[in-house]
Amino acid sequence: MLKDQDRIFTNLYGMHDRSLKGAQMRGHWDGTKDILGKGRDWIINEMKASGLRGRGGAGFPTGLKWSFMPKETDGRPAYLVVNADESEPGTCKDREIMRHDPHTLVEGCLIASFAMGAHACYIYIRGEYVREKEALQNAIDVAYDAGLVGKNACGSGWDFDIYLHHGAGAYICGEETALLESLEGKKGMPRMKPPFPAGAGLYGCPTTVNNVESIAVVPTILRRGAAWFAGFGRPNNTGTKLFAISGHVNNPCVVEEEMSIPFKELIDKHCGGIRGGWKNLKAVIPGGSSVPCLRAEQMEEAIMDFDWLREKRSGLGTAAVIVMDQSTDMIKAIWRLSKFYKHESCGQCTPCREGTGWMMRVMERLVKGEAAVEEIDMLLDVTKQVEGHTICALGDAAAWPIQGLIRNFRDEIEDRIKGRGMRVAAE
Amino acid sequence: MLDSQHPLQPRLDEIIGGLRGLEGPLLPILHAVQAEWGHVPQEALAVIASALNISRAEVHGVMSFYHDFREEPAGTHLLRICRAEACQAMGGAALAEAAKARLGVDWHGTTADGGVTLEPVFCLGLCACAPAAQIDGRVVGRVDADRLEALLKECCA
Repeated sequence: MLKDQDRIFTNLYGMHDRSLKGAQMRGHWDGTKDILGKGRDWIINEMKASGLRGRGGAGFPTGLKWSFMPKETDGRPAYLVVNADESEPGTCKDREIMRHDPHTLVEGCLIASFAMGAHACYIYIRGEYVREKEALQNAIDVAYDAGLVGKNACGSGWDFDIYLHHGAGAYICGEETALLESLEGKKGMPRMKPPFPAGAGLYGCPTTVNNVESIAVVPTILRRGAAWFAGFGRPNNTGTKLFAISGHVNNPCVVEEEMSIPFKELIDKHCGGIRGGWKNLKAVIPGGSSVPCLRAEQMEEAIMDFDWLREKRSGLGTAAVIVMDQSTDMIKAIWRLSKFYKHESCGQCTPCREGTGWMMRVMERLVKGEAAVEEIDMLLDVTKQVEGHTICALGDAAAWPIQGLIRNFRDEIEDRIKGRGMRVAAE
Repeated sequence: MLDSQHPLQPRLDEIIGGLRGLEGPLLPILHAVQAEWGHVPQEALAVIASALNISRAEVHGVMSFYHDFREEPAGTHLLRICRAEACQAMGGAALAEAAKARLGVDWHGTTADGGVTLEPVFCLGLCACAPAAQIDGRVVGRVDADRLEALLKECCA
């Protein structure tokens, strides 16, 4: 279990002083000027050495991503954009950071922007997060007043501005290029890649988009050293991670833990076990609504990190662990997700716009058992035709939960179809 | 274009003038217009379009893309009830039914006297004290039928 002195988010639950002074007491904004003084290359190399992988779901190495930014400017400004459009069902980790520990995010923005030569940073926060907007804006204002950001930030000679931008209620704006479109004041429709944002992002300028958690852990990593951070977890899956556990556990919570923690330990130590005991566990969605679910048997020895879950054909995603016990109607649960994706598809690519609707309608019939057994394979076929054929990952995200359902709970779907068939015949 | 006698024109010019210098000014302008009139009047779209030198279709596209912008004015008070998973699990569905029955409207509907508009919203970030609701920008947790009644009484009886 992660020791208290190794926690990065020391005020995750808002029990301590949330003011700037309180944050400084807990070690934030300590020696920021010296960190900037060590230079861009040092920061990027430390980030690479720490092995931090992006916390927004895809798990792309953060240091590597930063190194794609141009070293010498060609006259265009560079931007850092922080993705705080946390809207995925199940995911609720970034809001705890923004509401209770926002100073670590603001400090991270300064360091990350400096490391990629950006003088401006945009934080795109979803419009529904009312309290988080207030807390974060307040933290930014206080940091300006204290001279920590703004002109000559922290006395380092680096001019740095930070803007909080409010979204207007669209899940797709959490996709990085859609987010850039939305920041530019357009419809939030994802762009084709390439060009990647590091080449031409916001207003056609070099841009890096990072998740809130990826940025918020940066100052602590640099203060305590890459080796410290890399000491947690398995190789290639290093560091500490916020897990957001919801569903049928006795005590749902958001908790910072070591990467590669066994699933059992995570649930028993922090969530008071599964509701009704381990025998009552049915399925787990280990990384937010867009990754495939896994059966209880697979989760027995599960290790919560990117690579282990990838091997089992699921994913760590945002580490939003959704636990479902035997009382759950799995087909209905996945139908609910299909409905969500259908609602949120932006309509730009045909396979996703039409496919999400088809998938939802077939799922609807599977829930009631009003389908033929062959339709299961037909549905699987449709998901394969959506997956990978769209500009952004929303199509994949809509397809994967259904694929996971069919892979792991095919028997349940077939039973329901046959059961209904027999009932109809009996009548 | 509106003729200059139109009651919207002076204030609209002010809003656009203040924000057009921003990078990506369309969303901030739409937010400001909605804050001013409680909705985005359709007449305003043409004015915004010509001020930003984009087509009306583009402004309409952006406005209709985001759920938060409304074409029709809402009631005096806006009640939003969270419909996300955590709130539904904690009695959000019953709360929604209670609200609909109490106000006599369906989702997106406004009471006959124009007092309250009821809207669904997805996750206000208050899952720990679900079910959550938002009234006129103020978020409230652990809302049950009684608290809902109290909230409505408070603002409009």
